[in-house]
Amino acid sequence: MTTTNAGAASPDIAVPDEVQNNVVITNLAKLLDPIYNWSRRNSLWPLGFGLACCAIEMICTASSRFDLSRFGMEVFRASPRQADLMIVSGTVTKKMVPIIVRLYNQIAEPRYVVSMGACASGGGPFKEGYNVVDGVDKFIPVDVYIPGCPPTPQALINGLIALQEKIDQQSIATVPWYRKNDPTAEMIPVPRLGPDLYDMRQVDIIKKEAVKSEAVTEAS
Amino acid sequence: MSDMILEAPHAGAMPDSAEDPIAAATAVLKQRFPDHIQDETRDGYEGIVVHPDKVVQVSQALRDELGFNYLSSITGVDLIEENKLELVYHTYSINQGGPALVMKVQVDRDNPVLPSLVPVWPGAEYQEREAYDLFGFQFEGHPDLRRILTWDGFHGHPMRKDWKEPFFEEDNKPFGSRWPGGEVSRAEEKNPFGKNVQYPAGWVPTLEEPEAETDSYAGITYTREQSTGLKTDKVTINMGPQHPSTHGVFRMALTLDGETIVGLKPVMGYLHRNHEKIGERNTFIQNIPYTDRLDYISSMSNNHGYVLAVEKLMGVDVPERAEWIRILMVELTRIVNHLWAVGFLLNDLGALQTPMLYFYIERELILDLFESTSGSRMMCNYMRFGGLAYDLPEDVRGTPIMKFLHDLIYDRLPRALEQGDVLMTGNEIVRARGIGVGYLSAEDAIAYSTAGPVLRASGVQYDVRRAQPYSYYEHLDFDVAVRYNGDIYDRYLIRLDEMQQSLRILQQVLPHLQETEGSSIISGKPQYAIRMPRAGESYGRVENPKGELGYYVTAKRRDANPARYHVRSPSFINLTALEKMSLGHKVADVVAILGSIDIVLGEVDR
Repeated sequence: MTTTNAGAASPDIAVPDEVQNNVVITNLAKLLDPIYNWSRRNSLWPLGFGLACCAIEMICTASSRFDLSRFGMEVFRASPRQADLMIVSGTVTKKMVPIIVRLYNQIAEPRYVVSMGACASGGGPFKEGYNVVDGVDKFIPVDVYIPGCPPTPQALINGLIALQEKIDQQSIATVPWYRKNDPTAEMIPVPRLGPDLYDMRQVDIIKKEAVKSEAVTEAS
Repeated sequence: MSDMILEAPHAGAMPDSAEDPIAAATAVLKQRFPDHIQDETRDGYEGIVVHPDKVVQVSQALRDELGFNYLSSITGVDLIEENKLELVYHTYSINQGGPALVMKVQVDRDNPVLPSLVPVWPGAEYQEREAYDLFGFQFEGHPDLRRILTWDGFHGHPMRKDWKEPFFEEDNKPFGSRWPGGEVSRAEEKNPFGKNVQYPAGWVPTLEEPEAETDSYAGITYTREQSTGLKTDKVTINMGPQHPSTHGVFRMALTLDGETIVGLKPVMGYLHRNHEKIGERNTFIQNIPYTDRLDYISSMSNNHGYVLAVEKLMGVDVPERAEWIRILMVELTRIVNHLWAVGFLLNDLGALQTPMLYFYIERELILDLFESTSGSRMMCNYMRFGGLAYDLPEDVRGTPIMKFLHDLIYDRLPRALEQGDVLMTGNEIVRARGIGVGYLSAEDAIAYSTAGPVLRASGVQYDVRRAQPYSYYEHLDFDVAVRYNGDIYDRYLIRLDEMQQSLRILQQVLPHLQETEGSSIISGKPQYAIRMPRAGESYGRVENPKGELGYYVTAKRRDANPARYHVRSPSFINLTALEKMSLGHKVADVVAILGSIDIVLGEVDR
C-alpha cells in the first residue's frame, strides 16, 4: 500500500499537500485485496492436529521459546470448522489418510495446507513401508512444503512465513473459493480401505489394471 | 528400598539352585513335560522349544511355580526356509530379576494354529493380535482376534518374508544403483497408480468397502441388563484419532452406561510406519536412525537399546567414556520425557499448557545439548555399535560443556523440578482428579505386562537397570522409585521421583566425564558395513522412560541385515491395561488415565 505521493498516481484528483501522506487513491478491488490478505495472513488459526514426531516440534514452536503467537498463529483449534490452516505434521499412513481428507473437507475456506517434514512431503524415511502414503499431496493440495526430519521450529516458522507471502499474492478476484465451478474448490472424495488404500478418483485405473493382472495370472 | 513388596505366588516350589535360575527352571519343566519340550539346537539361540499343545500348561507352570510371572514380549518369526512360523516368548521373574527364560513355539507355516496365552497372561492380548495381523498366527481361545495395526480387509500378512510391499525394490539394502546407465528409476514411476499401493490380481472396488471408521466397532457388543433403579441407555462413542487429548493419533471406542465407562477398545495403527519390515531390509547400522523415530521424545534411549542388542550379537566392548556419555544422555532423555509426560498429564487435567510452558525452558536446554552433540534436537542418531558417533562438543551455545552440564544438573533442573513440585503436587484439582482414579493393582500390573512407571506406581519395584543391569548402572548409586497406590496421582508422583533419581545418577556421572576426557569413544574403527561375525539371536532391553524397551534381533552369519527385528514397545503393551484402569470411570477420567500411562504413538504403532 503506497502512501507517498498519492496525488501523482491519479492526477485527476486534487490532494492538498498537507494530507498527501494520509491519503491513498485506489479503486475498490485494489483496496480490498491488501486488507483481506493482511487480516488473513496474521490470523491463521492452525488445526490442532499432530500426526507424529513433527507434531512435537510443532508444539515446541507454539511454546515459550519460539512463540508462534508473534505471527498470529498460536490459536490451535481442536475443531476443523474453526481452523484455517492444516499443518500435516508427520507420517501419513494409509489408515489415517481417510481421516485427514475428511478433516480437510471440513475446514471452512479459505484453507491452507502446510506439509511439515519429509514424511508428509514425500514419505520420508518410511516411504517404502506398506502402510505409508508417499506424500500427503497425493490426496490433498499442499501450499507449502517444509523439509527436515523433523524440521526445527525455525524451519516451521520459515515455512509459515512463506505461506504468509503466498497469501499476500492472492486476490479475491481469482481465489478458487469465490468462483463458481472451480474444480480445485470442491470436496475431495474420501479414500477408502479395501485390500489396500484406494483413491475414489482412481477407480477407473484400478479396473483397467485388474483386467490386465487377471490376464497375466491366466497366462502364467 | 530394595525389599520386594511382592511375594512369589508359590515360592515353595522354587528350585533351590540359586546360581542359574534359568537352567534350574528349564530342568524342572523338562522333567514335567519330557515329550513336549526340546532344547534349542540352533547355534547362538537360547531357550526351550515347546510343543504347541502344551504351551498353556508350560506357561502356567512358569508363572505359578517357577516364578517367571512376567511375560515381557511375544515375537513372531517367519522361518521361511523351514516352512515354519515361530513365536518367541520372553518371560522374566519380577521377584528375582535376572535374564529371560525364552520359550519358543513352532507351528506349520500354512496352518499356524496355537493356543492363546491370554488366559494365563492378559498382557498377551494385543501382542497376539499383532502376531495375527502381521504373521497370520491363529490363536485359539483369544477373546478378540482382529487385526490391530492394519485394518480389517487388508490383503495378506505383511511381516511374512514372502510378502512384498508395493515399492519393493530388492530384498536387502544397500540397493543397487537407482541411476543404472544414467537413467533415474523411481519405484513410484513403475507403479501404475503412481502411489504406494497394490491390489490383489483382479480386484475391483465395489465401492461398498467399509469406511475406515466402521470396522472398529465390530468387537463391541453390549446388552441391556435387567437392573432395578434408574435405567440408563448404553451408548458407544468414538474418541480420536483426531482428538486433542489422545497424545497423537490414538483412538478409542468407548461404551458408556449413562456416563460410566463399561467398555473400552483402543484402535491403533494410525501411525503404523512398518518399522520392522523396513528394519529387516535395512543394514544393521541403518536401523539406528529409525529407532529414533519410535519413541520420538526419547530418541537417545531408543538408540541405547538397539545398540545393546546388536553389540551382544557382535561381541564388541564399549570404551569407558562412551558408556558414561551414554548414561548421561539416557538419563537426560528420561528427564526430558518425564517433563513432557507430567506437563501433558496436567494438560489433560485442565492446566492447559501452563506447566508445559514452564518445563519447556529446561527441556530446550537439554535439547540444545543434544543438538550441539549430535546435530539434531530430537532425532539424535547418536549411538553406534561399540561406542558413539561423536564426542561431547566443546561448548553448548557458547558455554563450555562441563560448565553447562554442571549448571544444568546442579542448578537448573533441580530448581525446575522443585518449582513444578511446589506448584502441582499439592494442587487441589490434581489431587481430586488423580487420587483413586485409574487404579491398577500390583497383580494386574504384572499380569498385563505393564512396564516402567505404570508398573512401579502399582507397587512393583522392578527396573531393568537393577533387575538385569546393563552399561554401568550396577556401579551407580540410585534407588528404584516405587509408589504403592497404582492410581493417576501415583503415576504422576513416580515420574517426579524418577527425575530426582536421574539427577542423582547424573551427578555421579559428571566426574567420570571429566576424568575420561580425551579418551576414545568407540572401540576399534567406526564400521559402516557390519557383517555379523556369528549367527544367533539377541534380546537387548533397557529401562526406557516409558518402560522396558526390548529389541529382538536375529542374524545369520556374515549377514549385513537382521533376519528378524522386533521391538518390544512399552507404550503399546502398557495400553493393554487401559481398559482395566478405565472401567467404572467417566470419559474425562479416561483422558487423564491415558495421560498417566504416557504413550507415544510412534512407539505404539511402530
